[in-house]
Amino acid sequence: MKILILGTGCAKCNALMLATEKAAQELGLQYELEKVTDLRQIMAFGVMTTPALVLDGKVKVSGKVPSVEELKILLQPVKL
Amino acid sequence: MNHLKPMTAPLAAVKSTAVSHVVWRKYLWSGIAALVIWWLVYRSLALFAAWFTYSTCGLAKGTHLGAAVEFFVYESPKVLLLLMLVVFGVGIVRSFFTPERTRRMLSGRRESTGNVLAALLGTVTPFCSCSAVPLFIGFVTTGIPLGVTFSFLVSAPMVNEVALVLLFGLFGWKVAGLYLGTGLLIAIISGWVIGRLHMEKHVEDWVYETKTGDSAEDVALNWPARLRLGLDAVKDIVGRVWLYVLLGIAVGAGIHGYVPENFMAAIMGKNAWWSVPLAVLLGVPMYSNAAGIIPIVQALLGKGAALGTVLAFMMSVIALSLPEAIILRKVLKPRLIATFFGVVALGILLVGYLFNFLL
Repeated sequence: MKILILGTGCAKCNALMLATEKAAQELGLQYELEKVTDLRQIMAFGVMTTPALVLDGKVKVSGKVPSVEELKILLQPVKL
Repeated sequence: MNHLKPMTAPLAAVKSTAVSHVVWRKYLWSGIAALVIWWLVYRSLALFAAWFTYSTCGLAKGTHLGAAVEFFVYESPKVLLLLMLVVFGVGIVRSFFTPERTRRMLSGRRESTGNVLAALLGTVTPFCSCSAVPLFIGFVTTGIPLGVTFSFLVSAPMVNEVALVLLFGLFGWKVAGLYLGTGLLIAIISGWVIGRLHMEKHVEDWVYETKTGDSAEDVALNWPARLRLGLDAVKDIVGRVWLYVLLGIAVGAGIHGYVPENFMAAIMGKNAWWSVPLAVLLGVPMYSNAAGIIPIVQALLGKGAALGTVLAFMMSVIALSLPEAIILRKVLKPRLIATFFGVVALGILLVGYLFNFLL
């Protein structure tokens, strides 16, 4: 899974990154995490409130830091 | 996550409405119970403060110390209770207004009505100054006029629920109402003025060339989720500001009987005309949230500073800050930033004089 954290470097962006890493590790996911700080790239996702979480190219969270438990639900691999 | 097999989807939907019905009732009853308890506690605060001060602590009535202690013991839980209720309510209202939704409501508006709507929406849309820049780009690239965008950017930080509750709790509904009304008015008018000045070319060139993606889809929230957002707001905001609130009330209690009543009157009273511009100027380099400024406001007002001067100071601290100017520099050229600050400062100045003149 490709995880992007969008944010211009505020305290909340860091909090989101830490929480996401924790959730992904607790789930034992294979993931690749990247921080996006360039405004133009952030805007390309149509996000107006940072921090935002993008999973495999889709914006899942914007403008807040969800709890680790909520993040786990978002990160949960899709079971078919 | 969107790959549920078609057959299972209706089943899941049926199950979730049944569950949400039960959850609904649970939330409704606990909500009513919480409100009743809130009301009972709120009503008995005055009695409790008097009992605590004069019976438990054994302080004598009519002394400075007694009055100060009673003031603190009464005001602190009162303001905190009000704060919790209002922040909870605002948290729920805000769950209906995402920035994406606000943007949709504003795009395609003409300037004057757009300014009014933007200022109103600024009060209910969740906003954090760290998101000011992406929000600005998101607004102007979808065709919202520059002036309308500024009305939003002025009103969002200035008309703030914490400030309103504190003003209401400590100085009454008149001062709170005046703050709300004039704050909105400044946002509307300064946005309109900036729009009339046609300063689009003073926005950094790359902003209008930015490709903004389709905005993130709005997730439909159910009521339990909204209530949870309200509770989160209480935890977050009250958790951050309670100390400042107590500090403010302690300052208020401290000066209740100790500092001479007209201590500030000479330098910040009605007759000192230069005090309003000075208050605005002093406010710009200071950066504080609404709660942090209340202790100072409390101290100034209690000691004979004029209301208009103090309100001007408060608005200037909250709405105009150097860090914000630095953040906005990424998207605005210096002349537009200067105009923005100048116009808003002028508005605050007029409000200050108006209040000193009227009251």
